[in-house]
Amino acid sequence: MQLLTPEGERVHHPDFDIDITAEQLRGLYRDMVLVRRFDREGNALQRQGQLGIWVPLLGQEAAQIGAGRALTDRDMAFPSYREHGVAWCRGVKPTDLLGIFRGTDHGTWDPYEHRFQLYVIVIGNQVLNATGYAMGQRFEGKVGDQDGEATMVFFGDGATSQGDVHEGCVWAAVYDAPVVFFCQNNQWAISEPTERQSRLPLYQRARGYGFPGIRVDGNDVLATLAVSRWALDQCRTGNGPVLIEAFTYRMDAHTTSDDPTRYRLADELEAWKLKDPIERVRVHLVKQQWADQAFFDEVQAESDELAAGFREFCVNMPDPPPGRIFSEVYADEHPVLAAQRDEFLDYLHGFADASTGAQGGEH
Amino acid sequence: MPVITYRQALRDTLRAELARDPSVFLMGEEIGVFEGSYKITAGLLDEFGERRVRDTPIAEEGFVGAAVGAAMLGLRPVVEIMTINFSLLALDQIVNHAAKIHGMFGGQCRVPMVIRTPGGGGQQLAATHSQNVELYYAFVPGLKVVAPSTPADARALLLAAIRDDDPVLFLENLALYNVKGEVDESAGPAEIGRAAVVRPGTDITLIGYSRMAAVAVEVAERLAAEDGVDAEVIDLRSLRPLDRRTIVESVRRTNCAVIAEDDWLTYGIGAEIAATLQEGAFDWLDAPVRRVAAAEVPLPYAKPLELAALPSAESLATAVRQTLDAVARRR
Ligand SMILES: Cc1ncc(C[n+]2csc(CCOP(=O)(O)OP(=O)(O)O)c2C)c(N)n1
Ligand SMILES: [Mg+2]
Repeated sequence: MQLLTPEGERVHHPDFDIDITAEQLRGLYRDMVLVRRFDREGNALQRQGQLGIWVPLLGQEAAQIGAGRALTDRDMAFPSYREHGVAWCRGVKPTDLLGIFRGTDHGTWDPYEHRFQLYVIVIGNQVLNATGYAMGQRFEGKVGDQDGEATMVFFGDGATSQGDVHEGCVWAAVYDAPVVFFCQNNQWAISEPTERQSRLPLYQRARGYGFPGIRVDGNDVLATLAVSRWALDQCRTGNGPVLIEAFTYRMDAHTTSDDPTRYRLADELEAWKLKDPIERVRVHLVKQQWADQAFFDEVQAESDELAAGFREFCVNMPDPPPGRIFSEVYADEHPVLAAQRDEFLDYLHGFADASTGAQGGEH
Repeated sequence: MPVITYRQALRDTLRAELARDPSVFLMGEEIGVFEGSYKITAGLLDEFGERRVRDTPIAEEGFVGAAVGAAMLGLRPVVEIMTINFSLLALDQIVNHAAKIHGMFGGQCRVPMVIRTPGGGGQQLAATHSQNVELYYAFVPGLKVVAPSTPADARALLLAAIRDDDPVLFLENLALYNVKGEVDESAGPAEIGRAAVVRPGTDITLIGYSRMAAVAVEVAERLAAEDGVDAEVIDLRSLRPLDRRTIVESVRRTNCAVIAEDDWLTYGIGAEIAATLQEGAFDWLDAPVRRVAAAEVPLPYAKPLELAALPSAESLATAVRQTLDAVARRR
């Protein structure tokens, strides 16, 4: 499914077309440029020792912005760990993602305010949580018409091998859960190609579960937006679930700890560069005369500003205080743990340098 | 004797066993082309081919379960789970199948498989990727659990694990991979279920395994230099079967003990050791047995907090000094 070719040509599709205004397309372009810009800044910050790790989304901007902009304020999104573009669409500030990569916290944005859950690194298990959430939406009567709610869960091609993903699909199917399974097939799971996970194109797995599965050009933001809107509407109105396979490419390493030249060929990357998700929108905007140079300059300037703020925030992040170790273990404070905390802090204060030390026995 | 890293000892041993026994094969995520997340399987795909070194789909329960099946047919699978954290996805296959098939089938069917996996915090990998949950396996009859702390033991215990006819969980540690030590390449397999007195001493017994056994040796050397204390260090090496005798005999001589463990305190490995000492050396003890363990919280992500929450040489040295003070007051 494609609505905008890599050459920036608008094509049409009988089932999934989309009416898009110049302003809307400029908005999608802006989203993708800004997200790519702070993603690159994240990589640079890691290289300079300011972040422990960065997980790049380079190449997957259209898939994430298309899906993210299809979500309404009522919908809930469950990400894995590469969804910086979806986070952006949900109003999570890029700087809110930094703690996870600088290692100061495990994620601090408010999942209820943003309707965007925490990043998950254990492969696949958010799919079950999303399915359960969607079942709840249905049981609570929030499904049925255009005002209904839906859930979208993000995972990779590699994750489709996990039992959790299979079980999520089974449950969603038998309970008609309003959940869109959004699989970004970026062709690689670290060093393992998609052929290591499946013999069949991934979207075809949906047939076995008994719900629709669609492959969309994940580097085409219009197509991804159209298909995601349709799928979310299906869910909202009680016809879920739906599987979307966004066919895209991880243009960078798996993470900053990885060196992809060890397992994949440069030719492959070069071929995918020709299908860049941002360039085709830029070409189309120019061709249609929907944007002038001033617009592109403005977006460029805005992205540089975003990156500068991102960097500034990052290098000034404080380490959390030692008491934090004990502060969020249970919903409410428990006296046994409180006693352990007090003893621990006493022990730390016994050192000149309060940043090292550990727990003694005798409780 | 050559001095090599713990990582190299593991790799060399896998290579030697693949060459020695055609029924041995390796299976896991990213172990072939990528050579393993921690490069333990470097070069093995090239040397032995895809039949013996298998990259699997990302499905821990899947490949552990497949290994159980392969082992039941007489092969000797050596599975790598990227970190012990992901073994939780395969818990049912390990606990309900690998550990029980031999017993439930009246001894007719053996399950000779190895699950190699590193534990350990301190690498800023965050709460779900930094756990020390070997206890979950050490708790289960039918499994064997070994935990080498030196390159020599990595080799000797891996040889033993691969040749053993029962399922063995082979615990590695992220902090140990680069540790160097002498390895005798002509030595045979270790005996599973035997602890080692790695530093004989007379004043106090320090007991640890995996990373904390190495830390205990470091602390013993430091206390000898700084305080003139002569500490004995025991490396458990095997968590199941547990060598109670070596521990008890040592403490009957030294009359006091401190246990060092990377896992959580409550119900941890140290609790079992302390109970063993209470049962076997009660009349010989001059001070309560102390445990040094991790803070009982999901491991923090921030570097200083993570280090503070984990046991360290400092916290162990403090506990040893406090124990010796208590002994002195009593004597
Ligand atoms: C349960 C589990 N097993 C293994 C890993 C290690 N791991 C981290 S990312 C990854 C690859 C995931 O690939 P994919 O689902 O395609 O997502 P992508 O990284 O390409 O976005 C693996 C195997 C993990 N985090 N969790
Ligand atoms: Mg992938």
